[in-house]
Amino acid sequence: MPKSIQIEVNGKQYPVEYEPETPLLYVLRDELGLTGSKYGCGEGQCGACTVLISGKPRRSCQIPVSAAVGKPVTTIEGLEKDGRLHPVQQAFVDAGAYQCAYCTPGMIMSSVGLLQENPNPSTMEIVQFLQGNLCRCGTQPRIVEAVQHAAKAMQEGGR
Amino acid sequence: MSNLTQKFLLEPERYELSSGSLHHFAMERREFFKLLGAGIAVFAVAKDALAQETAPSHGVHSHELPKEISAWLHIGEDGSVTAFSGKAEMGQNIRTSMAQNVADELRVPFESVRLVMGDTALTPFDMGTFGSRTTPTMTPQLRRVASAARDLLLETAAKEWNVAPEKLKAADAKITNPGSGKSVSYAELARGKTLAQNIPAEDPVTPPVEWTVAGKPLPKVDARDFVTGKHEYTPDVRRPGTLYGKVLRPPSFGATLTSYDDSAAKAMSGVTIVRDGDFVGAAAASEREARNALAAIRTQWKETPQISNRELFSYIKQNATNKDEDRFRKQSGSVEAGLAQAAHRLEATYTVAFIAHAPLEPRAAVAEWADGKLTVWTGSQRPFGVRGELADGLHIPENDVRVIVPDTGAAYGGKHTGDAAIEAARLARAAGKPVKVTWTREEEFTWAYFRPAGVIEVKAGIDGDGKLTAWEFHNYHSGASGIETPYAVANHRTEYHQVPLILRSGSYRGLAATANHFARETHMDALAHAAKMDPLEFRLKNISDPRLREVVEAAAKSLGWPRKKTQPGRGFGLGAGFEKGGYVCTCAEVAVDPTTKNVRVVRLVTAFECGAVVNPDGLRNQVVGANIQGLGGALFEAIEFENGRILNPRFSRYRVPRFRDVPEIQAVLVDRKDIAPAGAGETPIMGVAPAVGNAIFDAIGVRLNNLPLVPHGVKV
Repeated sequence: MPKSIQIEVNGKQYPVEYEPETPLLYVLRDELGLTGSKYGCGEGQCGACTVLISGKPRRSCQIPVSAAVGKPVTTIEGLEKDGRLHPVQQAFVDAGAYQCAYCTPGMIMSSVGLLQENPNPSTMEIVQFLQGNLCRCGTQPRIVEAVQHAAKAMQEGGR
Repeated sequence: MSNLTQKFLLEPERYELSSGSLHHFAMERREFFKLLGAGIAVFAVAKDALAQETAPSHGVHSHELPKEISAWLHIGEDGSVTAFSGKAEMGQNIRTSMAQNVADELRVPFESVRLVMGDTALTPFDMGTFGSRTTPTMTPQLRRVASAARDLLLETAAKEWNVAPEKLKAADAKITNPGSGKSVSYAELARGKTLAQNIPAEDPVTPPVEWTVAGKPLPKVDARDFVTGKHEYTPDVRRPGTLYGKVLRPPSFGATLTSYDDSAAKAMSGVTIVRDGDFVGAAAASEREARNALAAIRTQWKETPQISNRELFSYIKQNATNKDEDRFRKQSGSVEAGLAQAAHRLEATYTVAFIAHAPLEPRAAVAEWADGKLTVWTGSQRPFGVRGELADGLHIPENDVRVIVPDTGAAYGGKHTGDAAIEAARLARAAGKPVKVTWTREEEFTWAYFRPAGVIEVKAGIDGDGKLTAWEFHNYHSGASGIETPYAVANHRTEYHQVPLILRSGSYRGLAATANHFARETHMDALAHAAKMDPLEFRLKNISDPRLREVVEAAAKSLGWPRKKTQPGRGFGLGAGFEKGGYVCTCAEVAVDPTTKNVRVVRLVTAFECGAVVNPDGLRNQVVGANIQGLGGALFEAIEFENGRILNPRFSRYRVPRFRDVPEIQAVLVDRKDIAPAGAGETPIMGVAPAVGNAIFDAIGVRLNNLPLVPHGVKV
């Protein structure tokens, strides 16, 4: 039976009525209209649906909406602050780290999660961390480069 | 099949296009200005526009073509420039490169140009975004309209100032009279006008050496929308009251319904069930409800036994048609005589597996009906083709269908058909509300089409000096693209043999050129080793085309060929070729672990030449991307199937390249400003598989003749 619950997304409280086991991704996309998080596989294999839950990157296609109650959720739409791109977003633009860009929101959210945990990752650490994010266009080298640039920018900018 | 489709011969392995219709779009001038506001509009009439859309290699009949508007452009009263193309953006960065061409030719800032693409109501007819045709066809066409618009602006200013147009100069979105110092902006000239002009196809355009905006590594248009999640791909399109549609898939390919009971599903509230022949679908307020409704339908299916991949290659050989068309056969001299005079002879059989495109955005569509007219948003490479499919499938006139292609989450040749569009439209008609259908990954892996598997047989001979004396090459089923050898050989025979379809098959980036280059370049490598020659030296000895020589030498130089092996298990290989106007050579370095036999690709160097480069940054992305995608098919991708079922329809069971698989990659771009630009979406993938296979042989002396090379874990 649908349950009335409340979730916090990008700093806003949303009341939602949903079957508790519905994946968070569908609530974000279909209910809240936050379509930046993408469906890619539905089995946590591609990372296109990655969001931050309590600051940690999570596959929103694998997380039941009920598990997000009481925990702040950040989606790609929540990164930009006062019209300024997050350093990771800016680094992706600067490096041209996309082709079709369908994987980009998930890549960015995973990278933001990585840099929160490890502000100065090595190339190997970036590669390991993003192993679960697929880019079928083959833009991985530029994505690694973008994360490196973002790390530098965030350390310099104190973010 | 329409007459026009029959007239233009496409590559035979574009199996998915063997049906469908070609239709022409004609927009009323009045409507055009109503839509865009006043200003100046120019329409290119390119009588050969359609002929240019087809592959020339199998003989194109360009006679009796209707005059065709192929591109158009509008300059608004605010100076904004809008160019229209029926092509679709799906990651190949043509929205940016086409805008560069327009800005360059019109002499306006890049930022003032906007492209409207892939919308059957707004853009000129286009056969589809495939075959690496966008850059070679749209570059001259958009430049012609832009150049004509510039002429029109010059004439308009000349008339107002009462001077000869030749005395005036167009630059920076202004017409200037250097004599008087007077100038007027394009915006001012366009104000209050509804000027329209057709132009002949042969107007001269700016040559690449004089390009100022094109040729530069400009960043992707709309970049901000892609990094903020704002861009709406098809699955993100939201229309008021949209329902979610799901389709009941048969348990195996070709299964037919024998019993059907949807009474329980129909009793569910808010659910629309459609049964139309063997099509069964549901639309509801959420995907979950639609899925639950389908689960409540009781069905029985009649299934037919089908072949499985363990007997695939013997089936292909046994079922090759005997009577192949002449256009699939090329020969000269006598292969037998050439073999008789050879110092070394070599015969081998190569195979390639079925593989899937697996674009990250699955097939999807949103369909909306209003007053009997249908609008469909869908990620497709063929908006006009899908419009035809919708009209045929739903029995409505084509004029009542509009197809809009949002910039798409990739396709790689896999989105030529309108499957999701038809499903969404059928459900939306029954539901009386817009319906969105997004295929699951499993549907994508199962019900889309595959790159066809194939068997390739090669027989060749070389003389004592390492020159080819004979070359015989047969491709069964996978296709004819890139089948002809670029090496000089007097006695040769190449043939493509058709086989009845095994799985639903069709275009995939590069078509069969990847398979044919794998077989050819592996065989060339084996011939070099048979003659105890360096593989690079052997190829250079047999190359007569200077453009091919240039990329082979460029790649070898960047890699540092011949490389000394500093560690055991290291090896180097190369693969080269020519296709669709582009020349490529990939050099690979691999490391094979002496104990575990794990293969790691350490480095790829790919030299690529496709004439004048329009956007080196975008091109680099395409070349590197094709190399990485190519590693999947080279090393481990293979569709497994049994009796009409796909056994590995998930990313957890179908391995594609991930970050850890990506080696150091160097793209060496050879920019030939003296040659008209060709496309780049496909050819850079071709050299990867043979280069890696040849490097594995160099490393450990094991010759691998089957793609994927090392599918079971990365083990030899």
